Amino acid sequence: MINTHTPLIDMEDISIAFGGIRAVDGASIDLFPGEVVALLGHNGAGKSTLIKILSGAYKRDNGTIKVNGEEAAINNPRDAKAYGIETIYQTLALADNVDTAANLYLGRELMTPWGTLDDVAMEHSAREVMGRLNPRFQRFKDPVKALSGGQRQSVAIARAILFNARILIMDEPTAALGPQETAQVGELIKQLKSEGIGIFLISHDIHDVFHLADRVAVMKNGQVVGTAKVGDVNEDEVLGMIILGKCPPGAIPGPGAVK
Amino acid sequence: MSDPAISLDRARSSELGIVARFFKATELDTRLLGMIGAMVVIWLVFQFMTGAKVNGQFLTLNNFIDGQFLTPRNLWNLSVQTSSIAVMATGMVLIIVTRNIDLSVGSILGFVGMIMGVTQAEFLPRLIGFEHPATWIIALGVGVITGALIGGFQGFIIAFLGVPAFIVTLGGLLVWRGAAWWVTSGRTVAPMDSTFRLMGGGPEGSIGAFWSWIVGVIACVAIVGMIINGRRQRKRFNFPRRPIWAEVFMAAVGCVLVLGAVAIANAYYWPIGIVRKYAEANNITIPDGGLLISHGIAIPVLIAVAAGLIMTFMSTRTRFGRYVFAMGGNPEAADLAGINTRWVTMKIFIIMGILCAIAGAISTARLNAATNAQGTLDELLTIAAAVIGGTSLAGGVGTIAGAMIGAVLMQSLSTGMVLLGLDTPLQNIVVGLVLVVAVWLDTIYRRRTA
Repeated sequence: MINTHTPLIDMEDISIAFGGIRAVDGASIDLFPGEVVALLGHNGAGKSTLIKILSGAYKRDNGTIKVNGEEAAINNPRDAKAYGIETIYQTLALADNVDTAANLYLGRELMTPWGTLDDVAMEHSAREVMGRLNPRFQRFKDPVKALSGGQRQSVAIARAILFNARILIMDEPTAALGPQETAQVGELIKQLKSEGIGIFLISHDIHDVFHLADRVAVMKNGQVVGTAKVGDVNEDEVLGMIILGKCPPGAIPGPGAVK
Repeated sequence: MSDPAISLDRARSSELGIVARFFKATELDTRLLGMIGAMVVIWLVFQFMTGAKVNGQFLTLNNFIDGQFLTPRNLWNLSVQTSSIAVMATGMVLIIVTRNIDLSVGSILGFVGMIMGVTQAEFLPRLIGFEHPATWIIALGVGVITGALIGGFQGFIIAFLGVPAFIVTLGGLLVWRGAAWWVTSGRTVAPMDSTFRLMGGGPEGSIGAFWSWIVGVIACVAIVGMIINGRRQRKRFNFPRRPIWAEVFMAAVGCVLVLGAVAIANAYYWPIGIVRKYAEANNITIPDGGLLISHGIAIPVLIAVAAGLIMTFMSTRTRFGRYVFAMGGNPEAADLAGINTRWVTMKIFIIMGILCAIAGAISTARLNAATNAQGTLDELLTIAAAVIGGTSLAGGVGTIAGAMIGAVLMQSLSTGMVLLGLDTPLQNIVVGLVLVVAVWLDTIYRRRTA
């Protein structure tokens, strides 16, 4: 990756505390167009929290977020979406009781000229985008609750790519999937990457994401241990970063690295 | 790419049996159908029992003919008595769907009814004179605004201050009942404005045979138009469509039901005394066979139906309704999708307040008086109607139509038991048991279809 142009996302010195516990403590992280950055760390390392600040779900106490080099005001999920930041949450965040099209367009419904919901138009593009992701998917009339885990995952992914996202955040995207579906998600990530979309992949399992990522960023106790290009470190060294907070020679140490 | 979709849908449907295929083709809600079935059974049982009471013997089919339940008069009264609860039940659905509850609706009804009563009987006569043509609309407007303010106030506390709806509205139950007493220190306010009174039904407050038929025909045209429009919409994107026979069947059933209801309302004639008074007032000589003047559809029923249609439209065709259901299904997901869930919650309570005001107008008009006890325990009937109508207390599930049928079902029970001469304590026991059994059956149904 050539890092000469401005980063898509540049989060600097981000902090957030929940009742005295510093979930994220002075974390800085960036993302370039067409790049996949894997954000790694134990459960509770602060990676999901950091990313929820970017997607607008949490409000940060400190720090700045720049989108394309310009400071961005992200105070709620709507702001984030306006900047082209789409998130696939670990919980998928689907409204279980409504159908696929309603979920895809939740918060951004297509309307008829009379100001009513244009359900047929929404179902039409739902069929189109789902046809691309999961061609055998047919259950457009059923509530999402009736779908299988893989189908629900594809609904969540479809929702993120439907609106021309420029930055995609995937929180444990393959945790609930079988091997075949995991491979499908891998293919999708490569395709989106080639379209110039920047992707944050969050995982606590290094094997899931190592071969997909261009760079890894490791967090521990709310701080960034270090970042490294995938070519400069091996899996064992990254594991050392995750478990011990020890920064190997190939990585750029962050504030959380053990001295 | 839609063609394989159609063929796949067809391939699936051919695996089903004939009954299942019928339901799939017509896209009928089997749950709603079950409720209507239950209601028909209840009606037939009451018809038979009241007939048995008249005939004095139990084992004769004549009981079905001589029963007093399925008479135009009883059904007409049933429809009027249901309207007030039915109006509030439409709003209660949205509240329960979003995992809230409103225990204050009966008290709000009482307080707003009192406000409307005082406005038209004591305040406006001093200002613009007695029986002014604008009195009713001003009184109603004051009521609706008061209702909206109360609902908005409660909704604000629930949505923005984070106090559970159960507690806020439990407080509201006491506060507004007390406030209703405070308005006139417990004195009953009467009489109401004569135009306002039309909202309560009665011979005057019904629209007569001619206009009832007009309403019926308009409803039929609307049903056919909606079916055609839905078909055209699906054609636009080449989606699978219902078979033609299913569309025709649905249209026919809809029209027959509407026109049948109109015919029943028109078959209930004015009582002889009122006809005599009316004839005297208008210099009509009563012919030998007696003068038959149809009631037609009662105005409160029209108000309830209109409320039901508007609320159904809002909940299924607008962004607001979509958000309400999404919030009920997964509040966190709705938040993350960028929905302003707090504002939506507050809006729901504002709507509930407005509906309480309308229900209050209907019941004060019907009683021709505003009392501080009006609407006592209505909150429980309203919640029961919504729940019997298939609204899930776990949130996310419910229909306006179901809640309104639930209201009719509750009212059918109490009307039927009154006709049978059952004592009030026994009536309460039956209603309570029916509520529990209905929800139990619904739980089984959901488990099997899920």
